[in-house]
Amino acid sequence: MTMTLRALLGATAALALTGMAMAETTEITVATVNNGDMIRMQGLMDDFYAKNPDIHVNWVTLEENVLRQKVTTDIATKGGQFDVLTIGTYEVPIWGKQGWLVSLDDLPEDYNKADLLPAIAGGLTVDGHLYASPFYGESSMVMYRKDLMDAAGLTMPDAPTWTDIEKAAAAMTDKSKEQYGICLRGKAGWGENMAFLTAMSNSFGAKWFDMDWKPQFDQKPWADTLAFYLHLMNDYGPPGASNNGFNENLALMQQGHCGMWIDATVAASFVTGKDSTVADKMAFALAPDNGLGKRGNWLWAWSLAIPAGTQKEAAAKAFVNWATNPAYLELVASKEGWANVPPGTRTSLYANPEYAKVPFAKMTLDSINAADPTHPTVDEVPYVGVQFVAIPEFAGIATEVGQQFSAALAGTTTAADALAAAQELTTTEMTKAGYIK
Amino acid sequence: MARKPTTAAKTTVTLLAWGIGLLIFFPILWTVLMSFHSEGDAIKSPWDMLTSVWSFESYAEVQTRSNYALHFFNSVVISVGSTLLALAIAIPAAWAMAFVPGRRTKDLLMWMLSTKMMPAVGVLIPMYLGFKNMGLLDSRLGLVAVMTLINLPIVVWMLYTYFKEIPGEILEAARMDGASLRSEIIYVLTPMALPGIASTLLLNVILAWNEAFWTLQLTTHDAAPLTQFIASYSSPEGLFYAKLSAASTMAIAPILILGWFSQKQLVRGLTFGAVK
Repeated sequence: MTMTLRALLGATAALALTGMAMAETTEITVATVNNGDMIRMQGLMDDFYAKNPDIHVNWVTLEENVLRQKVTTDIATKGGQFDVLTIGTYEVPIWGKQGWLVSLDDLPEDYNKADLLPAIAGGLTVDGHLYASPFYGESSMVMYRKDLMDAAGLTMPDAPTWTDIEKAAAAMTDKSKEQYGICLRGKAGWGENMAFLTAMSNSFGAKWFDMDWKPQFDQKPWADTLAFYLHLMNDYGPPGASNNGFNENLALMQQGHCGMWIDATVAASFVTGKDSTVADKMAFALAPDNGLGKRGNWLWAWSLAIPAGTQKEAAAKAFVNWATNPAYLELVASKEGWANVPPGTRTSLYANPEYAKVPFAKMTLDSINAADPTHPTVDEVPYVGVQFVAIPEFAGIATEVGQQFSAALAGTTTAADALAAAQELTTTEMTKAGYIK
Repeated sequence: MARKPTTAAKTTVTLLAWGIGLLIFFPILWTVLMSFHSEGDAIKSPWDMLTSVWSFESYAEVQTRSNYALHFFNSVVISVGSTLLALAIAIPAAWAMAFVPGRRTKDLLMWMLSTKMMPAVGVLIPMYLGFKNMGLLDSRLGLVAVMTLINLPIVVWMLYTYFKEIPGEILEAARMDGASLRSEIIYVLTPMALPGIASTLLLNVILAWNEAFWTLQLTTHDAAPLTQFIASYSSPEGLFYAKLSAASTMAIAPILILGWFSQKQLVRGLTFGAVK
């Protein structure tokens, strides 16, 4: 046998072996959003590969709205582009009902389903089946400047009322120093101002629909909600608030321009983090109420789900189990500290004495527990969801309603006109969709 | 005889031109400036940001987190590939429309242009299903085909306009000298229309490079171009301006440099006719 022939045979054998090794590796594609916890997970993949050497993960990180549109198209057409999806509590009940998601009831025993926080698991369960596994959960709460409250001679109760909030906002406002008593979302969008206003309206006794799916913007509780919100923002809020969403308010808070900010609990780690100029002056309280039995806080969980069309269900389940297993929380804690552990998903995390030392841990848990997605409002309603209504039409309708309320904040329309327009457009859309006969 | 412009008028026009130029360029300039700061500094007031520490921190993080080379390669393949394919189809099409027009040529041109007026999202589902059935989702080949079809009306229109300015007699003379149709297009028409073809090529490479609807919808990982690389740095919860700016700068830099070097040809091709 000549040297050339031997070399050729050797190369062929090597190629065949490589091919066999590659054939044994299952590649899965995970669609995710660009959030700190998600990015941190991508940096910890060595642990996953050590435990699952036969699975390779391709990440597709996208902006939230792009991701939502793309994933919806893919799942509706059974495109099969993704094996694991990062979705929120709004999509899970709708997609679960449609049969678009794989049930996660059979995850291994060490996943410990019973350990999931009941409020979070409840929002991801449809007809008794878990359709998504929470990666991190959040509610909303009051984040305030304790130094400014002390200077004003005020104390923020752990469970404040809206009257307490108004009093504190007035005391902390000094517009000559660009210091505003309260910063709230004003940018239009179902996940922006409407997330805040819908949660706030629950505490005022308002609701989106009555039991016959008739819109309720023409009722007094919604008028009270919007009037109080506009009063707070016009008198004690920053200028141009109708353009402010989560990130704009985060920037204002970190630079010391806000006395209070009511927003996602996940923001607590940002306002006490290295980029914040007021990190050591921050304190936290539950979202306010009006004594009606419901607080103005929401409930959200970014969760991992498996689309029904995937050809790689076993590998996808192995990944979901790894990423949302209690062991993952310990992995993050060991590498990056307890403050960086994805919050709001497991009871055991909050029973951990190490995690209890994190300043915002207890308030996050209390806030999550204070929200009930299955009974979100004072009166009975035909829908689930705290800051949203889990029907496919909601995102479109709420974005349009959000534009009306944002315009009222900007001063280009009145509160009464905004509510009338919201009532009209919601009635039209709900009639078109067949909810109102 | 035309009056000579005064020095004051010249200065005013120069200042005005610079002012407008700067205004148009400002968003890009600010993006580049923000990319050299930390996330915390990028959200400060403009003056505070400019006087804070400058660093390559955001670029380093973007490099670590993303596979820039893969996205860049995909962008080059998709934009150059689709432009060349579009030219190969459009040159003969534009020749036919310019030199042997039929009764419906004008209508055909208008119809081609009208397809650009349809909102892309209107055909998303049929396109997605078609791509899925043909196995073209997340493939460079699929994206080259889509970009070719999307930009074809513009390429045909631009070439048609240039070809119309070439006197038909020159082509007739070539034919009388025995040139075949193929030789006529390759050896006579194309060299004469070269500035126009070059500017069409450049403009379409830029259009395909910047296209952000289909490239985001039809790719996931393997064929994802730089538009997806940028989209991955926007965050709903958390500061992202500096990293997004760094990613944007890295994505637009190649096409900006290409535009810079070829601006003379681009302007010439867009403003002068074929034989002037």
